[in-house]
Amino acid sequence: MMIRKLLLLLLSPALLPGQGKGVDPAELLKPLKESWLTYNGDYSGKRYSALTQLNTSNVKHLSLAWMSRLTPGAGNAAAARRGGAGRGPILTTGGEGTGEFAAGGGSIKASVLQVDGTLYFTMPDNAWAVDALDGRELWHYYWRTKGGTHIGNRGLGMWKNYLFMETPDNYLVSLDAKTGKERWHKPIADLSQGYFSTPAPIVAGNHVIVGTGNDIDAPGFLQSFDPETGELQWKFFTVPMKLGDPGLDTWASLDAARHGGGQTWIPGAYDPETKLYIFGTGNPTPAYTTGTRGEGDNLFTCALVAVNVETGKMAWYFQTSPHDMHDYDSAQTPILVDGLFNGRMRKMVLTAARNGYFFTLDRVTGEGLVTSKYGMMTNWANGLNKFGGPKRDPGKDPTVPGSLVSPTSDGTVNWEPPAYSPDTGLFYVPESNAHSMFYLTDVDPRGSMGLGGKEEVGVGSTGNFLSAIDYRTGKVVWRHQYYGDGGGGGGLLATAGRLLFAGDGAGNIVAHDATNGKPLWNSRIGRITNAPQTYLLDGHQYLLVATGDMLWSFVLN
Amino acid sequence: MRLCDLLTATLSGLAMLGTVTCALAQIPGARRVGGFVPGQERPPGDPVQIARGKTLYEIGCRGCHGTDLRGGDMGGPNLLRSQVSLSDLDGELIVPIIEGSRQGMPKIPMSVADAKATSAYVRSIVATIGGQGMPPSIGQLPPNIVVGDAKAGQIYFDSKCAACHSTNGDMKGGDLKGIAKRISDPKILQNTWVAGGGRPGRGAAVQTASKARIVTASINTANGDRFEGKLVRIDDFLVTLEIEDGSLKTFRRNGDSPKVVVRDPMKPHRDLLPTYTDKDIHDVTAYLVTLK
Repeated sequence: MMIRKLLLLLLSPALLPGQGKGVDPAELLKPLKESWLTYNGDYSGKRYSALTQLNTSNVKHLSLAWMSRLTPGAGNAAAARRGGAGRGPILTTGGEGTGEFAAGGGSIKASVLQVDGTLYFTMPDNAWAVDALDGRELWHYYWRTKGGTHIGNRGLGMWKNYLFMETPDNYLVSLDAKTGKERWHKPIADLSQGYFSTPAPIVAGNHVIVGTGNDIDAPGFLQSFDPETGELQWKFFTVPMKLGDPGLDTWASLDAARHGGGQTWIPGAYDPETKLYIFGTGNPTPAYTTGTRGEGDNLFTCALVAVNVETGKMAWYFQTSPHDMHDYDSAQTPILVDGLFNGRMRKMVLTAARNGYFFTLDRVTGEGLVTSKYGMMTNWANGLNKFGGPKRDPGKDPTVPGSLVSPTSDGTVNWEPPAYSPDTGLFYVPESNAHSMFYLTDVDPRGSMGLGGKEEVGVGSTGNFLSAIDYRTGKVVWRHQYYGDGGGGGGLLATAGRLLFAGDGAGNIVAHDATNGKPLWNSRIGRITNAPQTYLLDGHQYLLVATGDMLWSFVLN
Repeated sequence: MRLCDLLTATLSGLAMLGTVTCALAQIPGARRVGGFVPGQERPPGDPVQIARGKTLYEIGCRGCHGTDLRGGDMGGPNLLRSQVSLSDLDGELIVPIIEGSRQGMPKIPMSVADAKATSAYVRSIVATIGGQGMPPSIGQLPPNIVVGDAKAGQIYFDSKCAACHSTNGDMKGGDLKGIAKRISDPKILQNTWVAGGGRPGRGAAVQTASKARIVTASINTANGDRFEGKLVRIDDFLVTLEIEDGSLKTFRRNGDSPKVVVRDPMKPHRDLLPTYTDKDIHDVTAYLVTLK
């Protein structure tokens, strides 16, 4: 026994390619700077780095440090070894599937954790650790899937030396960050009912907060698991599930509510002072027909919801799309800001919703402070309700002869994380002003199911922008116009060097002046698939961004 | 939760995934048969058992749950989205309910074998649900989208469109004579004219090969050179023209230098989008379908 331990100790430098001590939960409370410890970098969702080494005057010298291409699936060890010095990565395989469904062609939509010089990230069914200095693979974990929609994976959560990943077939998998070996996996939702899981778990205190997704008529929920054991701590449903539940009066029946959607497919922000985890919920189902769900608001779909992480109980909600009829999920990343509002300091939460409206709320109470239309052509609502939510125009619901609506169901913005800079006081978001004809094709009065019952045809865009919003007024302060139909790539990054990084939809990663949107630097690396990130390594500030299966690292040389 | 990058999703081996829904949603009446999640992909049932189950369903269940299983007048819930029928493998969840285990639903008198056959029939229909919950189309014809007032549409056309478009073969702008013959499906016709011609596509600016739609640009360089041509691509950093001799020329952009003027003949059409009311659209379509 003694000898075995000694041997392990002697071998450990070679066996343990990951470095450092992992993520101390207390570190997560600090503002974003040297490392990147959670999906949004820090809990606030600002995606604002305090680093200043890279700034408006020197960003033009930013150049490539390395590029690394990842191969998902079980058969990549040899490929990863090619061209790299040293031994190949450790491959670990897990999962409850048979392995008959070979993953391939995935893309990195994940935010990458940078902890103690190692990068940790995912594609669906796959997790990697690579050396942050040169992109060399340290280990690769591959999950044999049972199925589920493989649309994307937003990345890992980390607590001490444990990593947490969700899988498309609805497991929460915990890995040892040093070796990539599996610690445990726990079921989080039922695949047969259409659930599939894409979010990055968020670690708050000793809670691993896990959302999931579903495109048919199933209830949304958020769960919390123990980081050590994987035991379920609580489960919060986003729709009423039994008689007496709040919000039931906004549905035609309990059965309708229990099939009402409100999925939790994008990680939220966390306020350690109030212990509130604030996240957006998805569309009601059926999405495009009122049918069974009635004329009510359909709570708590398409809403910003605050849940206490200790109890799993809702503190407040604010519905950003009451009675949604266009699949405008409110699953966007909210941003927590402390600042002046009408002359007094307030704790606020900001969100630019998929439906083309921007909101400033009090994040302690959920009170609406500002509602504005930031999507220039947004036309599906008329006025506001008493809480400040947009009042849907039933004339813009999908109809048999067709309704011309902006934005499309893809939204003014979709899942891409926005950014906020305390230096400029501006909230940054990609803005798409496309139009679609929405046709009702299922005239059955019972309504349709899931995303069915309609046909949507895009008929053109009047412009896509990178837009900067003043949270105090909701007004767009400036718009930087994109050519082509893209923009924003996988989301945004702001820095204290007064920079704003974004993909431009034309294959460039671009550094903008955060003050006015002026482009200062670009690199044509292909279609950007995740939000750019930054961190400090050995005294150098790096920029990291993904295109498909490739990870690109830039530094000032 | 619809995301069209579903089309670029992974797992090439998983053909049964709902990855083609975005494309299919564009095609009128298109339905994809098959399960929407692998959980739906069960071994095919015994057709004799399923046929018996269908008859039993019609006798004992249809009154409440509807002919198409989507719920009926008597208040039975939609079985296609029922968590019970989605998870049932061999009657283990459905049979007890038929036997009266669930409050609110009466016991249906039938043998265990018949209850299993009924559950096999329910599963066989659940397996036909399209991607992202599109219900099976049972006996549905696509509804007629032409509801507008053709006369009002003609008045609108004459005042707003006739400056650029003739309808009598004069070839002014895009002449629309016979447009309803060239595009016989009124819905496609409507989508086409609202998008400004060409092939409408979701969310994107309309691209088309028609000469009248070619985007051109002129470039004036700092040293006084001028280039004119078809715009191949443009972003904040580069602009590429196809110049007269067919060769491509790419210019680096630095703010306003060189000076680039883009002429997109379709931009005025896109700029009309926010000015249309739905009534305008339906009326103009009702008028255009008469131009045979």
